[in-house]
Amino acid sequence: MHEMSLAEDILQIVEDAAQAEGCARVKTVWLEIGQLASVEVEALRFCFDAVTRDSVASDARLEIIETPGQGWCMKCSRSVPIAALYEPCPACGSHQIQVTGGEEMRVRELEVE
Amino acid sequence: MCTTCGCGGGETLIGGRPLRRDRAQGAPLNYRQPGEGHTHEHHQHSHASGISESRMVSIERDILAKNNGYARENRKYFSAHGIFALNLVSSPGSGKTTLLVKTIEALNGSLPLAVIEGDQQTDNDAARIRATGAQAMQINTGKGCHLDAHMVGNAAQRLDLRDDSLLLIENVGNLVCPAGFDLGEAHKVAILSVTEGEDKPLKYPDMFRAADLMLLNKCDLLPYLDFDADLAVENARRVNPDIRVIRVSATKGDGMDEWLEWVAAGCRAAKGKAVEAV
Repeated sequence: MHEMSLAEDILQIVEDAAQAEGCARVKTVWLEIGQLASVEVEALRFCFDAVTRDSVASDARLEIIETPGQGWCMKCSRSVPIAALYEPCPACGSHQIQVTGGEEMRVRELEVE
Repeated sequence: MCTTCGCGGGETLIGGRPLRRDRAQGAPLNYRQPGEGHTHEHHQHSHASGISESRMVSIERDILAKNNGYARENRKYFSAHGIFALNLVSSPGSGKTTLLVKTIEALNGSLPLAVIEGDQQTDNDAARIRATGAQAMQINTGKGCHLDAHMVGNAAQRLDLRDDSLLLIENVGNLVCPAGFDLGEAHKVAILSVTEGEDKPLKYPDMFRAADLMLLNKCDLLPYLDFDADLAVENARRVNPDIRVIRVSATKGDGMDEWLEWVAAGCRAAKGKAVEAV
């Protein structure tokens, strides 16, 4: 979706945290990106490298934790794994599914020095 | 900026004037402008050579927090003033602007309203709206592919928004990027025209899932097309079981009463909530 603007927002979050912590360099950034968050992870890596150049996070390692997509099937009344938004329930084939997980887009942790 | 369509920020114009980036929100942010040097205020301590002490910092912050913060401010303002805001999204050419013009004509001054128009370039759409007598503010996103909550907040401040009014926000014609950006609206309304494909909701599921209402437009053309309207609705419900659908023809007027009633009901509810909050 918006990998470049997401990367810019990530850098801003990282820079704010680095300033608050008074640290000189960010070595690793951990992100949590849901499988259903419409983010192209490889494009995000590319953009992250581009926007962090000459910043406190230049050469920082980007670790992406991909969280699985999950939904609540109304017909089965149970939680089921879903790989894409329009996928039917793997058990009953129904499309009546409420997404319950896998839409996360968060900066979780930093390794700083 | 968005890699999908190669767009970028920094050239946004609202009513032909540049977007100000001076409205601070929450904690101070170091917003770096292109070509501007990077400050090193955080390099306050000395760096002992050869010694590096790594430590972990937990952040837990949403990446879209900045946009969502502005969206929250917009929503709070709209709700306090009884303003019913709709974010209209679709592909280019689905008939959004015609639908707005016909909606404004049909309302015939019964409801105070304003329009925010989003396009990459030109003031054409805002001019079409102004020709109906309604006030309109054009946002030109430059290279940008979507409106964000900051632009909309800025445009809303430059409009003379009346209490208990209707605010129609016509997003940039794009079924991908606007899905992820909350503007503070009450509902996203997706417009799909019958000259497109029935499988668009499956091809662009994020948008149809984010919308509460789908207007199936240009329905007067159905006799001349192979378009299967029932299949299009079924596809929309596959990605969003709760989506409401109204079949309309903005030019011929079919279905417009149902759409206008939906809008009027939303306005009444927004007004009621604002009264309750006082």
